[in-house]
Amino acid sequence: MSDKKSLEVSKKKSISTGGGEPIHQDVRFVPDCDVLENDEAIILVADLPGVRPENLDVDVREGVLTLTAKVDPLPEQWRPVYEEYDIGGYQRSFTLGEKIDVQKISARLKNGVLTLTLPKQEMHRTRKIEVQT
Amino acid sequence: MLGTWFDDGLFERMERMRREMNQLMGAFRPFVGGGVFPAINIYDNGEAYIAQAELPGVDPREVDVTVTGNTLNVKGKREIQPAGDKAAYLRRERAAGEFNRAFKLPEAVDSGKVQAIFRNGILQVMMPRAEQAQARKVSIKAE
Repeated sequence: MSDKKSLEVSKKKSISTGGGEPIHQDVRFVPDCDVLENDEAIILVADLPGVRPENLDVDVREGVLTLTAKVDPLPEQWRPVYEEYDIGGYQRSFTLGEKIDVQKISARLKNGVLTLTLPKQEMHRTRKIEVQT
Repeated sequence: MLGTWFDDGLFERMERMRREMNQLMGAFRPFVGGGVFPAINIYDNGEAYIAQAELPGVDPREVDVTVTGNTLNVKGKREIQPAGDKAAYLRRERAAGEFNRAFKLPEAVDSGKVQAIFRNGILQVMMPRAEQAQARKVSIKAE
């Protein structure tokens, strides 16, 4: 048996408007995200296919991190003849704990994947204490 | 009221129905027996068919695109790189794995002129129609 599994298609998650209207007309989907934690930082990885760095906005306000990304429209002369997925921008928010050092957040976008590193404040980092014998 | 109809995603459902009808009637056919990932969109710009697929985080070197006659085949794998040392997952939504997808186009394309580009996590395969499939103006000789 191969340990490689086959990828499944999952429908893109639409942003739920909760009765309100989305602010951006072209922001439609919630990106898939992984969130990881190590001793120094929280790492957030988001799939943002089709997003160029200049069209990505990462914003931290009152302890909420929001990423908003737009995608370029298709060339006008392209006529869709067969479609399996929808195209649109992305938005997702995360509540940050107080332990994040907001000033030191860094972002990298490569191959349609955003990696955000959210360093923990010095006092919240895990420190190993040597036990003297 | 009308508002609730919209909230129910009526438009989205109708759009999906329209799309499914197109796919049933259309000449584009996913290869039966092939995989289902990635989802593929196909466009026509007059001279070429353009297939696009979203493959965020996939290394372009891990993707094989082949065009034989009128069949497009996209296969490869998506690996999730461990982000940093000793990191533990708090939330995991992104999937890794292999994919192999075949797709039949309604007419032959010029496999010698096919170009594939990988940009911002989107694979784009530009497939010019084969010479004989392109509309050609035939001049009429007057005698």
